[in-house]
Amino acid sequence: MNIYLSLLIMCGTVYLIRLLPLLFLRKPITNRFIRSFLFYVPYVTLAVMTFPAIVTATDNIWSGVAALAVGLLMAWFNGDLFVVAISCCATVFLTGLFL
Amino acid sequence: MEKSSSIKKDPSGAPERAVPLTRPAWIKIGLRDGFPICMGYFAVAFALGIEAKRVGLTAFQSFLMSTGMVASAGEFAALMLIESHAGVIEMITTCVIVNLRYFLMSCSLSQKLKSSTPTVHRFGVAYCITDEIFGLSSAVPGWLEPFYSYAITFISVAGWSGGTVMGVLVGNILPAAAVNALSVSLYGMFLAIIIPPARKDRFIGGLVLLSMAASWVFSVLPLTSGISSGFKVIILTIVLAAAAAVLKPVEEQAQEA
Repeated sequence: MNIYLSLLIMCGTVYLIRLLPLLFLRKPITNRFIRSFLFYVPYVTLAVMTFPAIVTATDNIWSGVAALAVGLLMAWFNGDLFVVAISCCATVFLTGLFL
Repeated sequence: MEKSSSIKKDPSGAPERAVPLTRPAWIKIGLRDGFPICMGYFAVAFALGIEAKRVGLTAFQSFLMSTGMVASAGEFAALMLIESHAGVIEMITTCVIVNLRYFLMSCSLSQKLKSSTPTVHRFGVAYCITDEIFGLSSAVPGWLEPFYSYAITFISVAGWSGGTVMGVLVGNILPAAAVNALSVSLYGMFLAIIIPPARKDRFIGGLVLLSMAASWVFSVLPLTSGISSGFKVIILTIVLAAAAAVLKPVEEQAQEA
């Protein structure tokens, strides 16, 4: 499909997701299942997108494994988004020197 | 939401006073608060730009994507969809699933706007929902002044879109080792979003582990390895998040995301 059309569809979809609750929701969602489902969605989605993709993203599987290990540790003990991302990159770069 | 650990409860240090701040004052505070976000976004978006170029997007197209979507995981998924020549249904469904947390944040921010807030500002604030901007916007005491969010968003998106374009333009000048290294930065960012809550809450931790395991199983089993990455995300998210919601419904307080 045309890239511009794809981008238009996806940007429009993402914007609508952000817009609709602000526009129409004047009181909190009451259904407990829906609230719980929405609460857990980001964790599952991001976890599924991260693994095993992080391991195969680099040209050597072991540098990917190292990045995953360092990323997990840094996220566990530090948590800062920027620091964790940079630590993963540095790990791949450094292990790349030896592998 | 998930980034609450790195966002101070009172980012500006200003709003605790009795006299309400004027609009220009909010804009000034917003620009200042948004600056660290701008820096962080630039670095991550650079990696996204490299990926965009690999998939075949031009600098202009990647600028449109980043300015129009302003979503890390969302754009990552968008590139994956473009690369795999996904159909319209798969595109829309994946976008909805991957960006569902923005729906949650929007629900939460709708409670933060004065009910008299004009509709035009509801359209405006909707654009300002990312993990980090939402974090700052929802941490403001009392009602949210939309221009505070606009100011943060202005400077943050400048870093985000600028970083993406730079990634497309000069990403290929970088040595292969550097590009290789940057390819994991988005995954690092995802880890930074999901691991801190997983540490605090054992159930979320187990859910994250199970999700990763299921994702791996899906990618190696002959029966499921043919499924596109987009649908894998959709299927696993719906099944696992629904199962989690049944097993452990969130309490009233825990819902405050």
